[in-house]
Amino acid sequence: MWRISLRNLLARKLRLAMSAFAIVLGVAFVAGSFVFTDSLGSAFDGIVKGTTADVEVSPQRVVDVQSVGTDARTLPASLMQHLRALPDADQVAGTAEVPGVFVIGANGKLVGGNGPPGLAFNYTRMSAITGVRILTLTAGRLPVGVDQIALDEDTARKAGYSVGDVVTLATPGDPPVRKARLTGLVRFGSSGGLVGATLTIFDLRAIRQLFFDGRPVFSGISLRAADGVSQAQLRDEVQRMLPPGVQAQTGDKVAHDTQQSIARVLGFINTFLLVFAGVAMVVGTFLIINTFSILVAQRSRELALLRAMGASKRQVNTSVLLEAFVVGVLGSTAGVALGYLLAIGLKSLFGAIGLDLGGAGMPLQGRTVVVSYVVGVTVTVAAAYLPARRAGSVSPVEAMRDDASVPESSLRRRMWTGASMVGAGVVLMAMGRAGVAGQGLALTGLGMLVILVGVSLASTVLGRPVLRVLGLVFHRAFGTVGDLATQNSLRNPRRTAATASALMVGLALVALMSILGQSAKVSTARAIDGSLTAGLVVSNATQQPFSPAYAERIRRLDGVESAAVIRVASGRVDGGLVAVTAVGPGVLDDALHIPMGAGLTTALHGQSILMNNTVAADRGLGVGDHLAIGFPNGTRTYVVGGVFDSNGAIRSDLLMTTDQLEAAGFVPQDSMVLVTASPGASESRVRAEIDGVLKDNPTVTLKNQQEFLDEQKAQIDQLLYIVYALLGLAVVIAVLGITNTLALSVIERTHEVGLLRAIGLGRRQLRRMIRLESIAISVLGALLGVAMGVAFGIVLQRAVSDQGVDVLSIPWLRLAVFVALSVVVGSLAAVLPARRAARLNVLDAITTE
Amino acid sequence: MEATEPTTSVAAQVVGLHKEYGVGGARVAALDGVSLDIRAGEFTAVMGPSGSGKSTLIHCMAALDSPTSGQIVLGGVDISHLGDKELTRLRRDKVGFVFQAYNLVPTLNARENIELPLAIAGRHVDTAWFDVVIGAVGLQDRLKHRPHELSGGQQQRVACARALVSRPEIVFADEPTGNLDSRASHEVLEFLRMSVDRFHQTIVMVTHDPMAAAYTDRVVFLADGKVVDELCDPTAAAVLERMQRASRGSAGRTSGG
Repeated sequence: MWRISLRNLLARKLRLAMSAFAIVLGVAFVAGSFVFTDSLGSAFDGIVKGTTADVEVSPQRVVDVQSVGTDARTLPASLMQHLRALPDADQVAGTAEVPGVFVIGANGKLVGGNGPPGLAFNYTRMSAITGVRILTLTAGRLPVGVDQIALDEDTARKAGYSVGDVVTLATPGDPPVRKARLTGLVRFGSSGGLVGATLTIFDLRAIRQLFFDGRPVFSGISLRAADGVSQAQLRDEVQRMLPPGVQAQTGDKVAHDTQQSIARVLGFINTFLLVFAGVAMVVGTFLIINTFSILVAQRSRELALLRAMGASKRQVNTSVLLEAFVVGVLGSTAGVALGYLLAIGLKSLFGAIGLDLGGAGMPLQGRTVVVSYVVGVTVTVAAAYLPARRAGSVSPVEAMRDDASVPESSLRRRMWTGASMVGAGVVLMAMGRAGVAGQGLALTGLGMLVILVGVSLASTVLGRPVLRVLGLVFHRAFGTVGDLATQNSLRNPRRTAATASALMVGLALVALMSILGQSAKVSTARAIDGSLTAGLVVSNATQQPFSPAYAERIRRLDGVESAAVIRVASGRVDGGLVAVTAVGPGVLDDALHIPMGAGLTTALHGQSILMNNTVAADRGLGVGDHLAIGFPNGTRTYVVGGVFDSNGAIRSDLLMTTDQLEAAGFVPQDSMVLVTASPGASESRVRAEIDGVLKDNPTVTLKNQQEFLDEQKAQIDQLLYIVYALLGLAVVIAVLGITNTLALSVIERTHEVGLLRAIGLGRRQLRRMIRLESIAISVLGALLGVAMGVAFGIVLQRAVSDQGVDVLSIPWLRLAVFVALSVVVGSLAAVLPARRAARLNVLDAITTE
Repeated sequence: MEATEPTTSVAAQVVGLHKEYGVGGARVAALDGVSLDIRAGEFTAVMGPSGSGKSTLIHCMAALDSPTSGQIVLGGVDISHLGDKELTRLRRDKVGFVFQAYNLVPTLNARENIELPLAIAGRHVDTAWFDVVIGAVGLQDRLKHRPHELSGGQQQRVACARALVSRPEIVFADEPTGNLDSRASHEVLEFLRMSVDRFHQTIVMVTHDPMAAAYTDRVVFLADGKVVDELCDPTAAAVLERMQRASRGSAGRTSGG
């Protein structure tokens, strides 16, 4: 039977290639996701290990890498002098580090973009646990004084600066934008890879003067153990000398903890990518089932002959599964290779938006290969199982008949199976909504998948009226050719349904995302419209906080009545992170209206804070209850003074004052300044004044309400486009599926094509007939998909209505465009099969059995 | 059946037709210089042993295949060097074809199948003529049936009606009774005969059955790609006798088969 399977595959190389293609793309996505996140991981590993010394001394950590806000605590310089006395410490170095220092390139644009951090610190000669020095001066000399800096080589190159140039920096200090001469270049570690982060090096005195009010402090102290002294030994010796609230950790532990935090973030990225890989695999499964069903149907006579010659059901069954296995193995192999290329593509894409992986390796780990093959082969073989079983059930006597056919399940049964799957899916989604077993999202996703499969099964029947209506359109527009196309699309409802379903899955998700995106935009607009009373907003498009000096200067302008600041941070409650928004004086009076569920905004003072209504409901807290929150300065207990509506402009978990936040140990840095112009001042004059304050800093910009809203919408759109692009792959697979099905149908109907040509059907008419059949399939898929997407969109919008998406808005025009595009997609899918059919020799075709 | 007048006009004319398949050493001549006139309003049979080129001849004449050299004139037009577009139009407008294997479109019912060539051409159905044809094939109560709901004989009659309904200048039938039992064969042949007699339809039929040939006005015998004999007003016995003579004649030659 092996030989028969292989012969079959070889005899149908094209069909093999086409059915394998769905697997290739799906597996490529899986492999690419792993390789890319592994590459990210190895880049971060390099940074973490390259910056960590044998023992690290720092204020006790409360919040970790994922948290927002800068810890204001420092260590006294005198501590370093004490530690220098330790005989087991070979080297002791203090670092004064400031986050949020960015380099403005020679072209006036920010280097690095959004995401990667911009760090400033003093030069250090410390070596990391890797044994390599953290920094090495590679050109020029070290900076001296507040007007000189060194940059890392990558940043200088990207910014277009060379030694001797004057560099513009955006800093959280005052003044926020400063110029400094570039005196030297440093290399980070041995490779220089910083994943897009930028390093600005000052001398110690300068950095203290600029960012620490000239105080003799460090943000951390690193120690290198003498030969023969272990990290733990040195840590214990150091710890004994430290004041309370300050901790010493071994480099290995710090590196490990940081890596864990990063791995968690990278895990999200990987999961995010794998979800799309999963969608692609589901679509691919539809196509493999379909391809194998068609192949089995076309070969039923040959299969019956095998049975007549004594092959058992099992042998026939196995021969089909073997084919699937070989297709799976070949497809996975090509998929892993393509996935590697995809990861390289992702790497340069991320590099283009600032997350530069530089020289980070692209490890193809054994785990990646194993997962890829397991997924690829399992999906292929599982998808081929039903067709294979049907192949086995062909009766031997069929071999003697002219019209041998493989038995197929009844449409009615399919319809009922589909309907019950839809029911089960609805239950799963409801369970997901209720958050059963803490698996809300996973259950909801599974429910959606089950519903989609159910609709796909039922679409053999559901699709019929749609196709008939399309048939009327085709008849009007194209006469008999249209009728023939409609008949062809109706003659094998299973095939049409399965092919259309592949497109349905992709489009359902695209429609779902566009509904959520649109709802988010409309909700944001309404929240801003209803809450923001200040006319102008200063904010940073890259979400990085900026110097509080801006707000102070704007406040002093003539035409400005008030300039209220908004800051963000995070704290820890019961081990989990909570998002905190802090408002400066005047915000709640002049700039922002916050809808309250209970209590008043005036309650916000002293130890009293405001809480989001969903958080309050989740935690069972109300006005007057106490809440302990971990902040840099330790755990503090606050009183819930009021509960605000999460659908206003403030969507974080807690609302505090900037004073409370500073007291909790955060460096004052603003995220937004809400400006109200004086009565009678012209907007254009006020804007010109504020622009004067913000000049030279391309990231912090002034917007009026409409522009601010547009910026918010643009961010939602950007996210939406990324998701569209990822879902695009599923659509591409579905289009290939239509091509594949049509090509197989043309082969199957060769005889008929010959006949039609013989009685006078022109080549163009023939091509049009196939194109119309393709359009019928894709429009059916698109309509089903959009319908499902609208249903899912409504349900999911309800599910996230307490997370800031409280208004349901369905972008009908956009959805209509998707359906219209499916006509184009259908035409494209038909190009090759139609050309192939038109090229058939009439006489050969008609004599084909 | 009366003998056709020699003055009758010519519906199709074949002059020095050659058709070769393959290249180089594998080259095989299916037609080796065939010249033939098909007279209008006459029922002509083309007979010959397997491989004699009879199917190739009518495929070329029906614009389904193109000859290597030679001339085919159909309704006054030389079709030997037309492109695909013109050939398609010719098949659609001037030629009807009946296949051995019925060749109906499975998704269409009998009426739709019959009207298909007209529909493809965008021509209107001549209802009166349609009814006449349907009446003649005796399919009035089968028009709503799909091909798989019809017997072989009925399917072939639908195919005949399809060939006739566009009033082609000439109908070609390639072993139309090859798949039928004797009763169904008789029905189909009767219908073809009648359409010649009543509608003056020109028909060329390939067959290897002397009984079928006996329904025609004239039998042309082919062997090894050449016209070797001809018989007017044939009877089954006469055809059989000529066939045996022809096969004896070609027994000594190498090609054929």
